[in-house]
Amino acid sequence: MGAREHSPHPEPSAELALLGAGACRHRVSAMSVADSDGASPAAGEGAISLRKVVKRFGHIVAVDGLDLEVQSGVCFGLLGPNGAGKSTTMRMLTAQTLADSGEIAVLGYELPRESKQARMEMGVVPQLDNLDVELTCRQILTVFARLYRVPGAQRAAAVEKALELANLKGRADTIVRELSGGMRRRLLVARGLIHRPRLVLLDEPTVGLDPQVRQELWTLIDALRVEGVTVLMSTHYIEEAERLADVVAVMSHGRIVAQDAPARLVKAYAGERVLEVYGPPARLAEASEHAARRGWQSRRSGPALAIMRAETLDGDAPEGVLRPANLEDAFVALTGEEIE
Amino acid sequence: MSTGAAATPAGEPLRRVRRLEPAALAGVMSRDVVIFGRYWKATTFSSVMQPTIYLLAFGLGFGTLVKTIGHIKTVQYIGTGTVATAVLFSSAFPGMFNTFVRWQFQRTYDAMLAAPVDVEELITAEVLWIALRAGVYGLAPLVVAMAFGLQPEAGMLLVPLIGFLTGFGFAAFGVLIAAVAKTIDNFNYVTSAVLTPMFLVAGTFFPVSTLPDGVRTVAQFNPLYHCVQLVRDASLGGLGSADLGHAGVLLGFALLMWRLAIWRLGKRLID
Repeated sequence: MGAREHSPHPEPSAELALLGAGACRHRVSAMSVADSDGASPAAGEGAISLRKVVKRFGHIVAVDGLDLEVQSGVCFGLLGPNGAGKSTTMRMLTAQTLADSGEIAVLGYELPRESKQARMEMGVVPQLDNLDVELTCRQILTVFARLYRVPGAQRAAAVEKALELANLKGRADTIVRELSGGMRRRLLVARGLIHRPRLVLLDEPTVGLDPQVRQELWTLIDALRVEGVTVLMSTHYIEEAERLADVVAVMSHGRIVAQDAPARLVKAYAGERVLEVYGPPARLAEASEHAARRGWQSRRSGPALAIMRAETLDGDAPEGVLRPANLEDAFVALTGEEIE
Repeated sequence: MSTGAAATPAGEPLRRVRRLEPAALAGVMSRDVVIFGRYWKATTFSSVMQPTIYLLAFGLGFGTLVKTIGHIKTVQYIGTGTVATAVLFSSAFPGMFNTFVRWQFQRTYDAMLAAPVDVEELITAEVLWIALRAGVYGLAPLVVAMAFGLQPEAGMLLVPLIGFLTGFGFAAFGVLIAAVAKTIDNFNYVTSAVLTPMFLVAGTFFPVSTLPDGVRTVAQFNPLYHCVQLVRDASLGGLGSADLGHAGVLLGFALLMWRLAIWRLGKRLID
């Protein structure tokens, strides 16, 4: 069987029901993580390792010599604009896309040769909804419990637990077509967690969702993180990466351009504070030229000109408003690309 | 479920990749069973109605003019012939349409392949399920024909097996077509240019021997022709050594289509 039998899990606490009701970081005990007991092939290893991975689609190089290490037990955010190669990277981790060159290991298994074993122990939440619209929540979860080799005797309990986790107990026998977008997304998450995986891949988990549903999902993801499940999440939402990820890798044109804890990335690439200069276009252009002359890093940020590392500027700086630097500043400084 | 199949007694997972794991096949088929639970009434209705209409049309219309076809009573001839058409339609069409819809529109296959199921298991399970269904529904025309006067025969118990074997080949053929089709409209070409002639030039409603030489030779390459012969021989108590040849052709067709379907669809599911 899969990982579950050789890696005992602590029982989930009764606080499951709190999920989806709001943030309850560090208290929720929803999903269990594999307490590595030495039998696991990934014991003491990184959960995911990519070395010099290249993937081309025709003339387009989607992933261009990617090196990536994800340690066990962290929530790792892959941040990048659309087209940066995030989804391709995610698909390569399930061997649904095969790399042209390079080495990929997931949970200690070598891909693509041992991808099936790796998939036994990981859960996947895709970007695009691929639920069976004519099946009920319970039927979908039962089918996937089988696919993930949850033993027959434990299957019904696993399905109930997943329904509870996704806050869908009241909708267990509703067919997917009749669920709201948020419910469908929660069901997608529950489906990926039915076998209590050690690693969860979330591809743009909240794309296109309204703010309330996004908050619900963040609570779910946070619960996984608290439990110690390794999470690899791709996102193009800065706030999502900043709020959830322990480590963020900024991806651009198929490569990682920087990787660190969000706060440290901000500090390293955007400094502590940003000076925002407002005014008519002529003034902004003037301020921009002035910054360039002085060697200050700046960028247009909505209606303002943002000058990085405001804490290092001297009295020559234009008038403006100081604000703390954020991940978006660091991201733009790193990639030269704006993002949502 | 293959409990413990992927773990050694020490609890360490086996690193060797096992092919065609029963647990994976059962998982994929369990989804088909659930879906079938929603549609079995419509499926059963159409699989009983179709042969009824054929038998009524041929029996009441054509049958009043022609009492026997190639020394066989019309009801026996048409009744056994419609078994083959029932098997063909209940396997080739789901093979094409279900595959295309689940792969392209619902992305079900993408979801399943992210679980511990590989392309070979996915396609094999889908084809197996369609073949099982075709084997069962292939019996419907015989049951209907009995109401029109067909005599029960012990050999008829082989018909589900014949239907399964033929259905397996045509389901895999359907998957193969879905794998090479650009859009779902492309199926029209296959339905009109391949399946329709195939179902007519198979000895279903008239003997192949009445056809011109060239066409008769082509019919030998039509798997459905061999299915019709087998069904007819089994149902009318005429099984002989020639039927081993018919079964061999069906088996070869099934194996060839199965591997081709896995190869072609695999190339498109995994990029």
